[in-house]
Amino acid sequence: MLDGRVLARLAAGRTVVLVTGTNGKTTTTSMIARALGGDGQVATNHLGANMPDGITTALLDAPDLTLAVMEVDESYLGQVAAATDPAVIVLLNFSRDQLDRVGEVRTVARRVGDAVAAHPRARVVAFADDVLCAGAGLRSASPLWVSSPSCWTGDAGVCPRCDGPVSHMGLRWACGSCGLERPPGDWALVQQKDRPDGGWSARGPDGVEVPLELALPGHANRLNATFTIAVAAELGVAPAVAAARLRGLEQVGGRYRTVTRPGGTTRLLLAKNPAGWAQVLDLLDEGPGRPVVVAVNSREADGRDVSWLWDVPFERLAGHPVVVTGERASELSVRLAYAGVPHRLADDAVGATRDTVGAVDLVGNYTAFHDAARVLT
Amino acid sequence: MSPATIVLVLPEVLGTYGDAGNAAVLATRLRWRGIDAEVRTVGWDDAVPADADVYVLGGGEDAAQMLAVERLRDSAGLRHALDRGAPTLAVCAGLQILGRAFTVADGTRVAGLDRLDVETVPGRGARRIGDVTADPLVDGLSELLVGFENHGGVTSLGPDAAPLARVRGNGAGNGTGDRLEGVVGGSVVGTYFHGPVLARNPELADLLLTRALGDLPPLEVPEGVPSSTARGLAARFRDRFSPDAARRAGA
Repeated sequence: MLDGRVLARLAAGRTVVLVTGTNGKTTTTSMIARALGGDGQVATNHLGANMPDGITTALLDAPDLTLAVMEVDESYLGQVAAATDPAVIVLLNFSRDQLDRVGEVRTVARRVGDAVAAHPRARVVAFADDVLCAGAGLRSASPLWVSSPSCWTGDAGVCPRCDGPVSHMGLRWACGSCGLERPPGDWALVQQKDRPDGGWSARGPDGVEVPLELALPGHANRLNATFTIAVAAELGVAPAVAAARLRGLEQVGGRYRTVTRPGGTTRLLLAKNPAGWAQVLDLLDEGPGRPVVVAVNSREADGRDVSWLWDVPFERLAGHPVVVTGERASELSVRLAYAGVPHRLADDAVGATRDTVGAVDLVGNYTAFHDAARVLT
Repeated sequence: MSPATIVLVLPEVLGTYGDAGNAAVLATRLRWRGIDAEVRTVGWDDAVPADADVYVLGGGEDAAQMLAVERLRDSAGLRHALDRGAPTLAVCAGLQILGRAFTVADGTRVAGLDRLDVETVPGRGARRIGDVTADPLVDGLSELLVGFENHGGVTSLGPDAAPLARVRGNGAGNGTGDRLEGVVGGSVVGTYFHGPVLARNPELADLLLTRALGDLPPLEVPEGVPSSTARGLAARFRDRFSPDAARRAGA
């Protein structure tokens, strides 16, 4: 990799926001960049190039911009933070992902916590509902907490502070040994169900509440938007202004993009681990039972191990016509058989969408998604 | 008749990557045979039932493994189940917990539950990570075992333990350099194969079920599963070891 001093020189004098976590890095980085003014105002690594070389390149490409918003691979946060002296560090969530490449998630979260502790001047914005994320955030003296309903509590059974057992009661969690518990949220995603648009708002300190009205679908994006509004407020952008800027965002690097094809439309979704799939299943539940094409690969960038398929509640696909494809289609087919989900096999994800009439969702893990997005967009 | 019960032990701490799938596979393979079956999940505050049919323990990181062994050390339910010979699958950390002792990364040696004559110490080299195949060494298994390895420990077998299989290619198995993989002792089958192992090895799943319930009726994969997948899922295990094991094949 390039010399860390190069990155430090490029970052000097800029206000740097670093975004890390297992899921939602690319989307939240894109949202924060947009909320802070967007293209021409903010340097950012658009293409998900989230290791030190990619961040260095993004700063080189925008020498005159004083704001920089960068997503950082969770394994590199310490290195990148040491070089860029960030004003804000955003910790989205930590869950199992690519155990064979990244390592065990508690170790990853502990190193992120070390990076947080090493930068006491950075404002840390972290997810209170996620045990490992809160453990890392608490290494800062005064973190800003974000909170919301969520459904993935895997990897959250052991206390990040004392290794004691953690119990969950709804959204709240607490360690039975040292008493560490979910911090109260400074910013929360809230819903007023009587409103016609779903009524989702970000509620902040001092009674601030702004409606989201996002074009991007799903609960995960509402949470990403809440993070974004919190970060923007820290950097002096009014919540109403930040929220308005997010409403025009319709896709992020092909994610959530809907493309037209003969006979219907295809929506592109990325899900590469159990927590990501939990979000996608929530999203699929929000609409009618449309056909779903699921593509799973296991190349280097995906992780070679596909046993995570067994941590995804694929039973929830039962109401959808399902097509299974990708290099690990046979393992996914076995998983769906045991889940009681009827399905058929296809050789190719994009071809499978073309064989379907009407609106179809195509869900791929990392390389499967990008292969399909390249063909379709 | 009450349903056959598969117990999933402490998945909050022993549930790294898909281990719960092993319990789901066992229950579903019974249902596909017309046998009522349920998975009972033992959470942190629950007692382990003593009277279930099959027990499943999964993997976990060091801190989780330490929590699990202390939590299970005084479990009368698990002790009674193992005393009466209930078939038990133990993967990775689960295997190590059921051994005589294991040593974690910081050098602490922890007493195990002493159900398998094995001891585990940290390995010196890199973790062995990847898909692996192995030839079974146990009566009743004939199909090549398939799994995913991701561990760095070295598990040595004592005189009262037998290996489950011998790995092919560059697999590490137990890490002892002799290509041995897993362990069989009493009613416990221990393995380092993830995948989860029973989803990828239906013969091993049916071996555990047969030991618990006796001869099994033929298996019918439901409609809507592609025929190539259904063929792979069909029963391949034939009772080869104990014709009088038909204790409660009720269907």
